[in-house]
Amino acid sequence: MLSRVANTLYWMVRYVERADNLARLIDVNRQRLLDFESLDSERLRGFWKPIIQSTGDEELFHSLYDESGSDEVIRFMTADLRNPNSIVSCISLARENARTVRDQLSDELWEEINALHLFTKSHEAGQLLISDPPKYYENVRRSALTFLGIAASTTSRDEAWEFMDLGRHLERADKTTRFLDISTYLPAGSESDSTGVLHWTAILRSCGAMGAFRAGHHELSARGVLDFLIFSKTFPRSVRYCTERVDLSLHQISGTARGTFSNEAEREAGLLLAALNFGSTDEAFEVGLHDFLDGLQVRFNKIADAVFETYVLMPDRIQVRPLEPGAGISAVAAWQMEQQQQQ
Amino acid sequence: MFKGYQPDKFYDEMFDANSRVRPYCAPLMEKLGGLDEKEFLDRKATSELYFLRQGITFNVYHDNQGTERIFPFDPVPRVIPAAEWDHLEAGLTQRIMALNLFLHDIYHDQQILKDEVIPRFYIEQAKHYRPEFRGVDVPGDIYIHICGSDLIRGDDGTYYVLEDNGRCPSGASYLLENRNALKRSFPGIFDSLGVRPVDSYPRDLLNMLQHISPRRVGDPVCVLLTPGCHNSAYFEHCYLAREMGIQIVEGRDLTVVDKHVYMRTTRGLVKVDVIYRRIDDDFIDPVVFRKDSVLGVPGLMNAYRAGNVALANAVGTGVADDKVIYYFVPRIIEYYLGQEPILPNVPTYLASEEEDRKFILSHLPELVVKAANESGGYGMLMGPSATADEIEIFRERIIADPRNYIAQPVVALSRCPTWCDGGMEGRHIDLRPYIIYGEDVKIVPGGLTRVALTRGSLVVNSSQGGGSKDTWVLRH
Repeated sequence: MLSRVANTLYWMVRYVERADNLARLIDVNRQRLLDFESLDSERLRGFWKPIIQSTGDEELFHSLYDESGSDEVIRFMTADLRNPNSIVSCISLARENARTVRDQLSDELWEEINALHLFTKSHEAGQLLISDPPKYYENVRRSALTFLGIAASTTSRDEAWEFMDLGRHLERADKTTRFLDISTYLPAGSESDSTGVLHWTAILRSCGAMGAFRAGHHELSARGVLDFLIFSKTFPRSVRYCTERVDLSLHQISGTARGTFSNEAEREAGLLLAALNFGSTDEAFEVGLHDFLDGLQVRFNKIADAVFETYVLMPDRIQVRPLEPGAGISAVAAWQMEQQQQQ
Repeated sequence: MFKGYQPDKFYDEMFDANSRVRPYCAPLMEKLGGLDEKEFLDRKATSELYFLRQGITFNVYHDNQGTERIFPFDPVPRVIPAAEWDHLEAGLTQRIMALNLFLHDIYHDQQILKDEVIPRFYIEQAKHYRPEFRGVDVPGDIYIHICGSDLIRGDDGTYYVLEDNGRCPSGASYLLENRNALKRSFPGIFDSLGVRPVDSYPRDLLNMLQHISPRRVGDPVCVLLTPGCHNSAYFEHCYLAREMGIQIVEGRDLTVVDKHVYMRTTRGLVKVDVIYRRIDDDFIDPVVFRKDSVLGVPGLMNAYRAGNVALANAVGTGVADDKVIYYFVPRIIEYYLGQEPILPNVPTYLASEEEDRKFILSHLPELVVKAANESGGYGMLMGPSATADEIEIFRERIIADPRNYIAQPVVALSRCPTWCDGGMEGRHIDLRPYIIYGEDVKIVPGGLTRVALTRGSLVVNSSQGGGSKDTWVLRH
């Protein structure tokens, strides 16, 4: 498989996954607002601040918006194309990546991402976001899940699939830690009171984990939620599960036996997997939750960088021009592409 | 559906001069005429949705309103009876054979120039002539592997060749997808009409690519080289690569080591034998051509000269589709094949010939003026519809650079019934068949019929408000 194609498939799926997670995060918190009596602007800002922080776009938000009310935050995270991590931006990037590797995708898979893109760009979607937001987010989530389902049932289990799976699970693990980090900003001492319970419920729901969590009879507390979302061996959005899948995909791609490594990406993934297999929530409390989650995110990035290094840059020992991650194309290159006369 | 339809004074593909349906169109007319307007429009909407969902779109440059558009599709097919097609096929085959002999000669002994059939000056001043490739042999002596000649019909129905596109002709994917869309949305109209299928195109293309591989052992590795996703024809590049089952690559995916071309894969470097390139000569190798190209492959021309990789089309074919050289194609056919041209050219005046130039300059409001090396409907003056200012601009350009301009009388392109808001009206059309030259010459029956959707317009290019139709070649 072409290195560029592997890279593009990986990003295509990451962007779909990101949009799906964002849709849940925004919808859950929008609904959570309804549990409060009317909040003044100060408390509203306090409510949304950790949510914007969780995606790492706080600085951009404040440079674009003067107010931090619900409307502004929701617009910024959903439909603002100036925010590269908004839902509409992610879908658009996923679709652009899909378009460049269209020859690798089944017709149905392409049609689904194209249809989602056409939806988010439509006038109808703009109306829906105002008149019936839950419906809007449901459309996005359903389409993202359909995309996943079509991919699973129409893609050969070869390298293309493994790079897509790799992207999905790295993105998922990253988002789970980011959503957990929202609890860092809980008001002190609210850990076990009703506000705390509401917070943890919202985090579980943002990860689509409420049903699975209840079914496992876990205690709705910081420890219970962390045990589940970080260390569960079976829940498909837990950090441990995702890392296990990342490790598996990497070994499928290289053909190296599990438990050994042939490149830096496999070594990083193996180290992290061992830490999660043998670790516990106590460690998180020891170092402090925020630092613990931050440490996990650093390790996800190390894996992602090593994958890029190994599979996208390495074949290129006679390096001429580096590929850029994602769909980055310079203005000069875009202009030259246009100039080619197609008679 | 066709009530009140007026063929007017033009040659109409469906009706004769007395407004009677041409006999071979009668079964189609019966089926289309049997639909009421609502059903027709519903089905038309189905076909449009198909194109949108498939992402069958093109980019309009210099348009910030979302760069992708659907290529307008008209569901009324254009019908070509079998005998007419046989004639076209023979003419196009003759033409591509002659053009290839011409290119071989130009890049070797230049006998045709020594015999003064074409003045040397015209070749040496051709923008796309690549003298640095003289003496380079290409596999099978084939230069133009894929040719997209544009055909038009005049008042009396005679087919003319309007131009030969011998560099990177595009549009074949639309020909294939138009058929798919029409079959989906109007399945009923195909019944028992004996329409020849078009789906062999990708297979013919792949066979040709494999045929020209310099490596004779094992399966050749063929790739399609695209400028990238911002190119107007990117959809087509993906589509053809997928239909052929070959990789679509960008310049940055390829690298040259010891005069061999490799692609960069997750498993290291893989050798490439044949490149179906959809990127112009100018951009293909920054070492030899434009230094600032970021799309090309440095060193590719070295590998090509060494005979380690084949390119389709070959480098330097643009000299044959220069609009000035076009003027000489009938002579080229006679010179190399000793045959009369089967398909005539449109009468053409060369601005660099004194007599012709005088004629052109004194008849600008009646003529079509074209720059020798532009395509897509750019660089063109339509005399009859041009303003006085536009005519003056072209007058100055012609005087300043006569080698770069030709002029032709306006040919009143044939018309075909086309759905226009509110009813069927005649619209002007052309035809672009795709000729593939590998082990032998293959032409997929029909081609892409382009239609000028604006009333009275003679410009069919998609960039200028054109659409397209399915093209039916009948078995009998």
